[in-house]
Amino acid sequence: MSTEIGTSPGDPELDARQAVVAPEHDEERQVEWKTEQHVYEPHRVGLPPLGPYVRELWRRREFAFELSRTTLRAQHFETAFGKLWLVLNPMLLAFVYFVLVDILRHGHRPHGYFAHLVAGIFLYYFFSGAVRESVKSVVGGGRLVLNTAFPRTLLPLSTVITAFWRFIPTFLIYIPIHLISGLPVNLATLWIIPIVLTIAFIAAGLAMFVAALQVYFRDVKSFMPYVLRLWLYASPVLWYPNEVPNHWEWILKANPIGGPMAAWSVVLQKGHAAPPVDMLTGLAWAVGLFVAGALFFMSREREFAVRL
Amino acid sequence: MSSLSVSETAGIAQASADARVSIRVEDVSVTYRTSLEKKPTMKTTLLRLGRRERIVREIEALKHVNLEVRQGEVLGILGANGAGKSTLVRTMAGILPPTIGRVEVRGRVSTLLALGVGFNRELSGRENVTLGGLAAGLSRAQLRDKYDEIVEFAELEEFMDMPMNTYSSGMYGRLAFSVAVNMDPDILLIDEALSVGDAKFRKKSFKKMQELCAQDRTVVLVSHALGSIEELCDRAVWMHKGELQMEGEPDDVVHAYTKFLDVGEDALTMEDL
Repeated sequence: MSTEIGTSPGDPELDARQAVVAPEHDEERQVEWKTEQHVYEPHRVGLPPLGPYVRELWRRREFAFELSRTTLRAQHFETAFGKLWLVLNPMLLAFVYFVLVDILRHGHRPHGYFAHLVAGIFLYYFFSGAVRESVKSVVGGGRLVLNTAFPRTLLPLSTVITAFWRFIPTFLIYIPIHLISGLPVNLATLWIIPIVLTIAFIAAGLAMFVAALQVYFRDVKSFMPYVLRLWLYASPVLWYPNEVPNHWEWILKANPIGGPMAAWSVVLQKGHAAPPVDMLTGLAWAVGLFVAGALFFMSREREFAVRL
Repeated sequence: MSSLSVSETAGIAQASADARVSIRVEDVSVTYRTSLEKKPTMKTTLLRLGRRERIVREIEALKHVNLEVRQGEVLGILGANGAGKSTLVRTMAGILPPTIGRVEVRGRVSTLLALGVGFNRELSGRENVTLGGLAAGLSRAQLRDKYDEIVEFAELEEFMDMPMNTYSSGMYGRLAFSVAVNMDPDILLIDEALSVGDAKFRKKSFKKMQELCAQDRTVVLVSHALGSIEELCDRAVWMHKGELQMEGEPDDVVHAYTKFLDVGEDALTMEDL
């Protein structure tokens, strides 16, 4: 991305240069700061300069929101029926799984199981929706990527925003189910906010990763439904986190969303605070995946313009 | 930026003082790897394993190019297909960062590249213009101010809320041209996108180009239309296989290039130029 001259902090040579130039050209520099200046240089270790990159990203955040808004508008999100349609799909899925699990458990289901299932599926839909849609984000950005210089991370990040907006109405539908099931609402319920945030960061990290990967392997998209379906089964949605036999517990830890999803169930079902272990493993995964996904994406994004 | 040598830093200090330079391209090379497959997939990659076929090709699109474009100058770039013209313009726009060297651009850039405006043909013209503008770094307020002008110039008032896949190619080009020229850029980069629309719009866009070139704007124009290069540009460069072959008055460069085209590469040594 572009670098504004003399704005990278802590660059000794630049500082020295400014010290030399500044006295004579003080006024001129002032003017220069107002006009746009860009310096394009080879990317060091394949990465664009991070400071300016993040600044540009922030400056163009409106693009990500507008793209998300446009996508939602195309799906008729602004109408009541459009929102209902969004809820219908996960809701039907919840019914299918409810019947299935009810048969498998011979009708012995714990109190509030349906609420657990619905809440789990809705949160999982937020995660899987963000990742699934992001696969197409860069490849689908075609001409924009070919013709405009902007931080490409905006494209997958925008799909996470879209998935979040789609999550909101599903959560509203969950509220009456929660209340009818007689599940607790208390101060600990506020834990759902950090849980959703953790999931959002994990989703964003993966979104950037798969979006970049799709440029190189155009069939990543076709694998995603299978991966995401298996991932659902490996997450505490159909089952309770405390039902996991000891020798399978590693699955919960190895699953990036395992911790937060388990905490989601504990908070909503029991009204307890989120278990620190679950939150911390989730946080570690979130930071790790977000940074890794972002670095991978940014190290590849120079090539997008010639690979599409 | 810490990789800059002392002499280079001194050069930049001088450049900062010389505000008249809009674009400075210093010893720029662009090399990129591209896949020979149209749609690379994991499947084909796996199937090809062990067969040792190379499907990734390295392309040296630009080789040590040095170029300066002064503020207010209209620079024409000509050359055969694959000579690196588009890559050079895309490097100036920051779309393709250089592999070696440095590009300095001063001023707000608007691009009109070969592939047109917008990116999603299922979205309406209005949505494409908004998204394209925001991605290019314009604010919502700036876009609002310019929007009517853009639509009016493109003469697409009644089509703006229709999906762009209902547009004809001429309408597509008209909108692209209108967006690029109406953004009030300091620097306008145009890649083979001058002749769009019907005869009437071509006339209008050529007039607009003359108007823009006459103002204190920097324009870089890639074109195969040698006539418009001669007419619009103050200076021209001829690119050949990723290198600058010649630089000078538009008439001279066009003349040399035409001669080159007539005689062919083999029969002509570069001293003849």
